[in-house]
Amino acid sequence: MTQRNRLTSGGRIDRSTSLTFTYNGKSYQGYKGDTLASAMLANGIDVVARSFKYSRPRGIVAAGAEEPNAVLQLGATEATQVPNVRATQQELFDGLVSSATNGWPSVDTDVMGMIGKLGGKMMPPGFYYKTFMFPESSWETYESMIRKAAGMGRAPRETDPDTYDSINQHCDVMVVGAGPAGLAAALTAARGGARVIIADEQNELGGSLLNSVALLDGKPAADWVHDVVQELGTFEDVTLLPRSTVNGYHDHNFLTIHERQTDHLADSAPAKMVRQRMHRVRAKWVVLATGAHERPLVYANNDVPGCMITGAVSAYINRYGVVPGNDLVVMTTNDYGYQAALDWADAGRNVVAIVDTRSVANGDRVEAARQRGINVITGSAVIEVQGSKRVTGVSVAALNSSGTQIVGSVTKLKADTVATSGGWSPVIHLSCHTGSRPVWSDSVVGFLPGPTVQRQLTAGGINGQYETAIALQEGLDAGQQALVKLGLAVVNVILPKTKALHVAAPMSLFHIPHLKPTSQAPKQFVDYQTDVTAAGIEIACREGFEAIEHVKRYTAMGFGTDQGKLGNINGMAVAAKALNKTIPETGTTVFRPNYTPIAFGAIIGRHCGALFEPERYTAMHKWHVEQGALFEDVGQWKRPWYFPKAGETMQQTLNRECLAVRNSVGILDASTLGKIDIQGKDAREFLGRVYSNAWAKLAVGKCRYGLMCGEDGMVFDDGVTACLGENHFLMTTTTGGAAHVYEWLEIYHQTEWPELEVYFNTVTDHWSTATITGPNSRKLLAELTESDVTNDDFRFMDWKQITVAGVPARVFRISFTGELSFEINVQANYGMYVWEKLIEAGKKYDLTPYGTETMHILRAEKGFIIAGQDTDGSVHPYDLGMGWCVSNQKPFSYIGKRGMNRSDCTRENRKQLVGLKTKDPKQVIPEGSAAVLNPNAPKPLSIEGHISSSYWSESLGHSIAMGFIKGGLDKMGDTVYYPMADGTVIEAEICSPIFFDPKGERQNV
Amino acid sequence: MLHIYCPHCAEYREEEEFHCAGQAHIARPLDPEACSDEEWGEYLFFRKNPRGLHHELWVHAAGCRKFFNLTRDTQSYEIKEVYMIGEQPSVVAGSVQQTTASGAKS
Repeated sequence: MTQRNRLTSGGRIDRSTSLTFTYNGKSYQGYKGDTLASAMLANGIDVVARSFKYSRPRGIVAAGAEEPNAVLQLGATEATQVPNVRATQQELFDGLVSSATNGWPSVDTDVMGMIGKLGGKMMPPGFYYKTFMFPESSWETYESMIRKAAGMGRAPRETDPDTYDSINQHCDVMVVGAGPAGLAAALTAARGGARVIIADEQNELGGSLLNSVALLDGKPAADWVHDVVQELGTFEDVTLLPRSTVNGYHDHNFLTIHERQTDHLADSAPAKMVRQRMHRVRAKWVVLATGAHERPLVYANNDVPGCMITGAVSAYINRYGVVPGNDLVVMTTNDYGYQAALDWADAGRNVVAIVDTRSVANGDRVEAARQRGINVITGSAVIEVQGSKRVTGVSVAALNSSGTQIVGSVTKLKADTVATSGGWSPVIHLSCHTGSRPVWSDSVVGFLPGPTVQRQLTAGGINGQYETAIALQEGLDAGQQALVKLGLAVVNVILPKTKALHVAAPMSLFHIPHLKPTSQAPKQFVDYQTDVTAAGIEIACREGFEAIEHVKRYTAMGFGTDQGKLGNINGMAVAAKALNKTIPETGTTVFRPNYTPIAFGAIIGRHCGALFEPERYTAMHKWHVEQGALFEDVGQWKRPWYFPKAGETMQQTLNRECLAVRNSVGILDASTLGKIDIQGKDAREFLGRVYSNAWAKLAVGKCRYGLMCGEDGMVFDDGVTACLGENHFLMTTTTGGAAHVYEWLEIYHQTEWPELEVYFNTVTDHWSTATITGPNSRKLLAELTESDVTNDDFRFMDWKQITVAGVPARVFRISFTGELSFEINVQANYGMYVWEKLIEAGKKYDLTPYGTETMHILRAEKGFIIAGQDTDGSVHPYDLGMGWCVSNQKPFSYIGKRGMNRSDCTRENRKQLVGLKTKDPKQVIPEGSAAVLNPNAPKPLSIEGHISSSYWSESLGHSIAMGFIKGGLDKMGDTVYYPMADGTVIEAEICSPIFFDPKGERQNV
Repeated sequence: MLHIYCPHCAEYREEEEFHCAGQAHIARPLDPEACSDEEWGEYLFFRKNPRGLHHELWVHAAGCRKFFNLTRDTQSYEIKEVYMIGEQPSVVAGSVQQTTASGAKS
């Protein structure tokens, strides 16, 4: 294919480096320096999409981030698929594979388009709400059909092969945008010694100057850009970020910048390179030099390919050496629109006419066009375009002076390209991100950044200043202001001289009237991406949607991936007219991050796969892995779940592990339990205030179990605390609750009881804990210690400082299994050593390692609760049948006391924890099952409670369960029923939750 | 993401290092048993949700682990002041906003 729209010279492309790319399976050529869009236009590709709702053919409209139509799917392989790529922002590389995202069977021959042709009545605004809501259950069916027909790109079905990165940065001045204003600001700040980051979404810095034929100091603007970028590069404290979109401006001058490091090189990042990088920047001052987006005008059939904005036409000609057509008609409300015609004529192609909606046009650019003999038609407008897949001609008619009515007859002109300019909209997106409401300016005919609390400055186009000389000056001013605010000496920068052009006032016009009323005229598109028309907005207003936010939601205006960059202001103008209000009265919707869509990979960075979340391992982790343990996540900890032997099912493993503990001895890695070291003369008093039971008399060398409640009286954690010294305690918490409990202790100490002398430190990782439990555990311990561990000397609920396998150890004689148990705590770096010594010495007792699942079964056989499983924030100690763990003798009203005495906590019929024994001993009730008294009663059945823990107990030969039943503690022996999803019902008897060794004799031997 | 000055560390640090612990100045009643259920419920559950100035309790959880108070504007997210536990805010709704003729705070 030849590049029939390519000029033989000019532009910032390298004609010696030819690149091959495909679009919809067909191969084309472009040059280095092209965007995908400029290469498509060079090749004369007109149709790049089918529209969302009406399936109309659409072409490239713009040259930057505001492009609504050329949103393509990229990717040569399944894994490298990327949806939502604006062809105007994608640099061309050799081998690029692209396709249109919608249109069936193709964008050129589209069946869905038939529906669109039937007319607007088929799909009015609110169509989805009105049509697909009933019956409600069918929405999912409708939705999938609609999505298939519309199509907006797709995610890859394979894993993204690329790596993404993130970096945290700080700077004095963050300059957003590297056009004339941004470069001047950055240069000033840099020369003044500030630490500067300047970011721009384009592949090279320069912004609008790269698209311009204007001269700076008598030389091409790009020369000045080159010099400034060179100089900025010499500063050690200046970071230049091309290909980097500042996508979010967050609170307190925090900005997120999306840098595309290798998207311009290949389908997938080259070896050892990162595809994209997210910069997280905290800036002392921010200079927004984001420029402005040109507004197209709204006229009939303004979406036919060949309809563009004037600035884009200039950009394609001047920057890429591409003229996107042969015969141009310009329609403009301002002087800037003339530039496209001048550039078009310079490129040697035919300017049919410039249609100026103003009755008088006399700016310097207007005169330049007239002097070149271009046909300038004032006081008129292009009211309609002819053509379907490409513009073939336009209808021009005279307007009244306010632009509200057609007053003259219609003239038809032949043309293949229509470039319009309704003025410029300052790019205020980032300033909106921080909550600042934009302010309308009549003189700018656009919204300007509103008042802000951020340390933010603005310069150039964002202020509605579009002349290069003024933009440069504003950039300089912003740079100097930043230096002053930073307390740095102000420096001066000699700005390049530009020819000052006389610019006449623009006309405030958005929607071009038609001969017919809007509702009957051919479609006049406001938002291309979501197919919102002027008529649609009028209908929304007529149907009573008056707030602009409601109009937006009802019509979907601005809901596309372009966030309505082109169409929003026009839409507000149409709504304002329909509501008979001014634009500032109608107001504007605002913008949220991200400014342009970004890849999930860039958001996630390295936090995926193995680095998704931190993982915590105990000192014995390696041993567990070697033994083939399966692991369970508890908080961030990896805990052994169970240790299967070859050929065992999970249940067989659990049965074996349980029996080993009950009959001989088992070993559990309990290192993950939270451990908090508590010291100070008031430590004991403090414990009494945060636990529900008494601590005043706990002697040195003793341990005690405690329940921790919230102020509402509800249990949230539990654990054993040991008295290490008169003023020294070691508290243990649940594995998952450790951080919360620690903060809980600190908040009460720091904010409520600072007069108590007590200190906390988290020591969870400092200790390794090997729990040996079972009738033979004492014999095993005795093999590894010289100390006396007999029942006479080492009582249940004692702890001792002894030596185990030659290592100093704190051994706690406490039990979570009901068996004789010793929890051996050693300094963590000895953990593996002591563990292996225990394993070795334990061989003769058939010492069996077990995991969390067996631990759960063993404790449930004893009716011991697990905080978080048998508690859910709605049960107090009495509900758990643990009134023995509540002391009402303590003088201080401990946390939870008042709460558990609220009337609701003391009423009858609260759900209480009980044991449940199934009638069929083999049946295990699923956890979470709901209890009813009579499964045959009419529905809905009243739910009496639920199962919180349920297991098969091999030791007992029947299933066991713990659960809640209303008033359960008074209903021992009653029968309850658990209806299952499959219609069967499990019958169970309410019993004590202590199934095994009810007298607790085994732990006391 | 907020940029928060920790008065204990005397440094600005990123919000990621902090936890917000809710409304500040919720004093635990000195004699809980003397509270009615309703009073205890007020203490437990009822919190302000102002549009504008709000006094909040924060902890430098991934730093010095100390608690402190700050006054934040819930509309602009500006942090107006940071002050120690036990101290009272100097920026309060009345000090910024006018009181209405009836004396009620607007």
